[in-house]
Amino acid sequence: MIKSKTIYKLQDINLWYHDFQALKNVSMDIEEKKITAFIGPSGCGKSTLIKTLNRMNDLIEGCKVTGTIQLDGIDIYGDIDVNLLRKKVGMVFQKPNPFPMSVYDNIAFGPRTHGIKRRIELDEIVEKALRGAAIWEEVKDRLHKSALGLSGGQQQRLCIARALAVSPDVLLMDEPTSALDPISTGKIEDLMSELKEEYTVIIVTHNMQQATRISDKTAFFLLGEMIEFGDTEQIFSMPKEKTTENYISGRFG
Amino acid sequence: MIQKKKEQIMQVIFQIAALASILAVALICLFLFAQGIPAIARIGLFDFLGGKLWRPTVAEPLFGILPMILGSIYITGGAIILGVPIGIFVAVFMARMCPKPIYRFLKPAINLMAGIPSVIYGFFGMMVLVPLIFELFGKRFDMMSGDSMLAASILLGIMILPTVISIAETNIRAVPQELYEGAIALGASHERAVFKVILPAAKSGVMAAIVLGVGRAIGETMAVKMVAGNQTMLRLPYEYFKGVRTLTTNIIVEMGYVERDSLHFGALIATGVVLFVFILIINLLFSIINQDKKSGGSK
Amino acid sequence: MEKILKILRRKKPMDWFRFLLVWASGIMTIAVLLYLVGFIAVKGLPHIKPSLFALTYTPENQSLFPALVTTLIMVGMTLLVAVPFGVFTAIYLVEYAKRGSRLVRVIRMTTETLAGIPSIVYGLFGYIFFCDWLGWGKSLLAGCFTLAIMILPLIIRTTEESLKSIPDAYREGSFGLGAGRLRTVFRVILPSAAPGIFAGIILSVGRIVGETAALIFTIGGVIRLPESLMSQGRTLALHVYQLASQGLYPNEAYATAVILLAVVFGINALSGLVERRFVNKLK
Repeated sequence: MIKSKTIYKLQDINLWYHDFQALKNVSMDIEEKKITAFIGPSGCGKSTLIKTLNRMNDLIEGCKVTGTIQLDGIDIYGDIDVNLLRKKVGMVFQKPNPFPMSVYDNIAFGPRTHGIKRRIELDEIVEKALRGAAIWEEVKDRLHKSALGLSGGQQQRLCIARALAVSPDVLLMDEPTSALDPISTGKIEDLMSELKEEYTVIIVTHNMQQATRISDKTAFFLLGEMIEFGDTEQIFSMPKEKTTENYISGRFG
Repeated sequence: MIQKKKEQIMQVIFQIAALASILAVALICLFLFAQGIPAIARIGLFDFLGGKLWRPTVAEPLFGILPMILGSIYITGGAIILGVPIGIFVAVFMARMCPKPIYRFLKPAINLMAGIPSVIYGFFGMMVLVPLIFELFGKRFDMMSGDSMLAASILLGIMILPTVISIAETNIRAVPQELYEGAIALGASHERAVFKVILPAAKSGVMAAIVLGVGRAIGETMAVKMVAGNQTMLRLPYEYFKGVRTLTTNIIVEMGYVERDSLHFGALIATGVVLFVFILIINLLFSIINQDKKSGGSK
Repeated sequence: MEKILKILRRKKPMDWFRFLLVWASGIMTIAVLLYLVGFIAVKGLPHIKPSLFALTYTPENQSLFPALVTTLIMVGMTLLVAVPFGVFTAIYLVEYAKRGSRLVRVIRMTTETLAGIPSIVYGLFGYIFFCDWLGWGKSLLAGCFTLAIMILPLIIRTTEESLKSIPDAYREGSFGLGAGRLRTVFRVILPSAAPGIFAGIILSVGRIVGETAALIFTIGGVIRLPESLMSQGRTLALHVYQLASQGLYPNEAYATAVILLAVVFGINALSGLVERRFVNKLK
């Protein structure tokens, strides 16, 4: 197996919400063009960790991070333009959050934000992004109707397309299917496997089957600590740590 | 047993009290329409609403209120043009952009502004705004005094601010945080996320704020009376430096000397009826917008 | 500080524009408010003197005392009429009526209509109905009934909101102890909702004190201490209006405006205070 390139390098990440420490000494390397899954019971810090990767935690008052996170060798908590970071690192949220505007404007929002104004160029990006998220066929006839009219699963794929439209390197997904029905979930899982051809995907999930189905790497978190990190197969078949085994065999969580 | 009687009696009392507002609206409609509509019929609907001249006291009186209808519309329009954008920006500022200490000061200040009586606004307009306008534009536009549509529009623009701000702020605050996060996650700056995602998402709430502002402006009487000049001439929209009379001021100016039971009196009540109908239309618009918000906003 | 500067430097032109736009709007609004209040205060404060509070108004001494007394009487009487109706309506809507019944819908529609009617229309109606049709003439009584209708929707709405904010657990608890609906309302719900209702009433007081257009034809313009409810009178706000439009006594007009503003601000502060208490208490 070819050793792939590391895209994210996390070193000694500690994170506090005011006095509460949500992450403790997390260090890990995330590989390029793979799907990495973060699993663990609620409140284990997995969602917190994914938010640090595009600095969405900046929005939370009283949140303090120590340690370094390097993306392609650049410290993202250093002197950088956080908006450019978020252009490079897209994010899909737990609940689909399409903007209350047309499908087209939803997708074009990102490119427009980053200075693309020409209609022809935008048309091209919109189509490519929607195709990339496997939703083009379903929405091509209603590009200029409100995105709120789509079903929940369609909305989530629209949000993925919206994230793809700024051509990111990394796609962060924070429990992207937890609000969806099984059929929509299946579609999004299929999509993720396609996406890893081009993008690095990091997904938070509390659904362990989902992690085994789609991810290459899995990290298990508990109470803010990363207990174990390795190939998904290994984690689920022969975990090194006792707590990991307890969790995946359903003894808690 | 006595207890049960008491319960029943009180329930009836509550119910009767609840009918008071229905009775009030019924009486208001009845008495205004009963005296206003016959007057309109005698003047002729077209001559009343479309008449360009208001000459109530001459031998062959004319009761055209078109100048007042237009006056109300011009002044309200001006107030909306001046007050609404500022009001919305202040609402955005308060809901999403201002540091907490400033908010703690700003919020009660806006409430205070809403509580200042119109007569104080009018007095301020009379003493500050009107002379200022006269000084700035008096010579150039050949004004007799600073009393003008412009003065009334500016003053009303200020007066509707607290209404527009507080309704718009509430609605901007109600926009789910997920939308904001979605925009930020795409690399949008805070300002862009607020202006391009949050504000459009609060559109119907902002519309409701504007409609309420219109209602406030169109119904305002005293402050307008004190600064608008009260001339009954038909004005064109660009005659902003001239005096004008509105539906509300028409009533207030002439009720003082009108002869009871004359057609003139009826015409003033009919002016009130027209105003009332305007307000009903605005209320209707408001409830349509609100319904729209309930059905479309949350999903 | 350095961090803030860094963020500021990094803003794009369009974001600068938006940033400045909202700050400028906020500052402008506050500036207008401060200027208005400051202007009236600076012009009026030096002219507040004991003679303004003399028992009678004479052409030589524009005492505001009769207007102040009339205002107080109007506030008291208007509340006396409007509060029971308003509070009882709200009790009916929240505690008794079936949600969404036709009657409730009609009541809600009419209160909304009442809330939107401009004060001049109330004045007109009050004149036709109370002064003329009922034959009360221009009088405090006619004025207070006119204002009572005007503030009714405000009282209904604020009371409704406070009643609704009382957790259902209170009601269940009371019913569970075998109390009837009436007892629950008066012993449990109303006491807990009282501060909220009170805050609403104070807001209505603000409207009564500031009102002019609805009163000018209904209570008349005579500035004398009222002898009975059938006397004519002039409230503070009306007094400011008359002084201002006559233009004869600008100093007294400013001074009276200062007193009116002070009263309104006091009411406003009180309402805020009561409301905060209420919110804290419910927490």
